[in-house]
Amino acid sequence: MQRRWDVVVIGTGPAGLAAALSAREHGAREVLVIDREPEPGGILLQCVHNGFGLETFREDLPGPSYAQRYIDLAEKAGVRFLMDSMVLSVSRDFRILISNSQQGILEFQAGAVVFAMGCRERSRAQIRIPGTRPAGVYTAGTAQRWVNMEGLMPGKRFVILGSGDIGMIMARRLTLEGAEVVRVVELMPYLSGLSRNLVQCLQDYDIPLFLSHTVTNVLGNNRVSGVEVCAVDAQLHPIRESAEIIPCDTLLLSVGLIPENELSLKTGVLLDPLTGGPMTDNTGATSLEGFFAAGNAVHVYDLVDYVSQAGQAAGKSATLFAAGKLPARADVFPVRYEGAIRYGVPQRISCSSLAEEPLVLQMRVRQPMEDGAEFFVSAGIGGEATGELLFKRKFPYARPGEMVTLTVQTSAFASLKECGGLTVRVKEETA
Amino acid sequence: MKPVEKELICVTCPRGCRLRVLTDGDKVLEVFGNNCKRGASYAEMELRDPRRMVASTVRVCNGERPVLPVTLSAPIQKRLIRQLLREISTVTVEAPVKMGDVIIQNVLNSGINVVASRNLKSAGKTH
Ligand SMILES: Cc1cc2nc3c(=O)[nH]c(=O)nc-3n(C[C@H](O)[C@H](O)[C@H](O)COP(=O)(O)OP(=O)(O)OC[C@H]3O[C@@H](n4cnc5c(N)ncnc54)[C@H](O)[C@@H]3O)c2cc1C
Repeated sequence: MQRRWDVVVIGTGPAGLAAALSAREHGAREVLVIDREPEPGGILLQCVHNGFGLETFREDLPGPSYAQRYIDLAEKAGVRFLMDSMVLSVSRDFRILISNSQQGILEFQAGAVVFAMGCRERSRAQIRIPGTRPAGVYTAGTAQRWVNMEGLMPGKRFVILGSGDIGMIMARRLTLEGAEVVRVVELMPYLSGLSRNLVQCLQDYDIPLFLSHTVTNVLGNNRVSGVEVCAVDAQLHPIRESAEIIPCDTLLLSVGLIPENELSLKTGVLLDPLTGGPMTDNTGATSLEGFFAAGNAVHVYDLVDYVSQAGQAAGKSATLFAAGKLPARADVFPVRYEGAIRYGVPQRISCSSLAEEPLVLQMRVRQPMEDGAEFFVSAGIGGEATGELLFKRKFPYARPGEMVTLTVQTSAFASLKECGGLTVRVKEETA
Repeated sequence: MKPVEKELICVTCPRGCRLRVLTDGDKVLEVFGNNCKRGASYAEMELRDPRRMVASTVRVCNGERPVLPVTLSAPIQKRLIRQLLREISTVTVEAPVKMGDVIIQNVLNSGINVVASRNLKSAGKTH
């Protein structure tokens, strides 16, 4: 395999595959994607359930089929794959250090790099559940991999902590495989995943959901024998009197995802403390010139279609940069997400790119707004002095578990250069 | 009969619209809260003949992976899901497999096929 590449993409999930495909489509000659897994597809390979691609393909596909379509497209477009290979580091001068069991250590030189490493799950250590340390406490994604890719069952009687999508999807999957899921326990007073999964994963199978509850102790010596579950008060503190022991042999954790950025951090890319991912602009550019990022590495998405779109944008920009055709960065402006918006991406916009495509702003709200939410995008940054209203849109509701997407036509931005940035706000409606 | 209002969450797409459905017996009179046409047909189906897509895995013989993900060619009646899973659990396929290959034809006489969700190559050597 050659050592010099126009564009190197790290990660073969939907973000990486779309980036690599788009790089080829935009004229990059030598495009390489690297993954530590033996097969391309990323997390999609273990997401055997349906619900992918309704936007991109107008079809309801299982995760592996969505991946397969992009793998086929990328292969046909001449993207090269390096599998079973771990990227160890990426230097600022675009040297990529890789290790695998066939060739040992490899060093490649890239013209531009796309970070598409996805995310990883929060584990027991990160939420500090007291108790013993028996076998039988796993993250929901680990269990998903065992069941759907290795054909293994991690237990017989489950409690699931966290109402994220992976937890709910696994509750259904384990039930279908003959296990018993005694309950799903959620700390917050609302669901953290998609409402459709409450219906089709829990309600369809009569799996009880306990909101405002948490696991306060793990019991058992060699193997989990049960967990203690408590209700929590408005400050999220356990109410001791409500403690109840639930016998089970497995506790699954679906308590959040963290963008994976060890590599990008080491390279020197700036991360946003709110998302845990690189600060990016609408072209996928990070704070370091020539380095781009997309997908769950940037922030945790709930829909794969948007991941592919982000990958496509990053692949295009990486190609332009590698060819020396990316416009100067002088016209990049900040976007600020305020008030009840917990976070949003992109954090910056590049004006020169706006001529071509509408601006897509994506965000999550802090708390559920069930009676309606109106989003406003205005010119200018900061405080009350915000300028002209460029865009507004009303939604029947907004929920923390469901990302809000605003697509703003570029004609709205004539005055962007003068105003120095954008501010996004939300107003909750009351019934 | 007097019209009754029922609440449903549409599961057709990830948007998860909250539907209010005005029904008279098993007849749907009107649907509110849907953002697209699919919401109305979902409500209609959900009250008359609820169906779901079901995905699972089957064992693979001689493949690069021990199991193959499978899905359905169309949503199946909710009441058939348990039986469907029992059918699926009896199947072993021989690699290689192509995405879309029919794994079980007309499962449980439903007119629906169980199909492969991805390609699966055969393992390097046979034993
Ligand atoms: C359980 C679950 C259920 C979901 N359900 C749905 C759904 O129903 N509908 C929907 O639209 N979306 C769903 N999503 C969301 C969507 O699938 C994901 O957001 C998307 O797949 C993320 O893609 P990605 O390319 O960013 O990351 P990933 O798919 O995670 O890919 C990252 C890749 O990078 C590789 N990598 C990381 N670090 C390195 C390194 N140092 N060296 C080499 N390789 C590396 C990893 O091995 C991995 O293959 C779901 C997600 C999950 C987790």
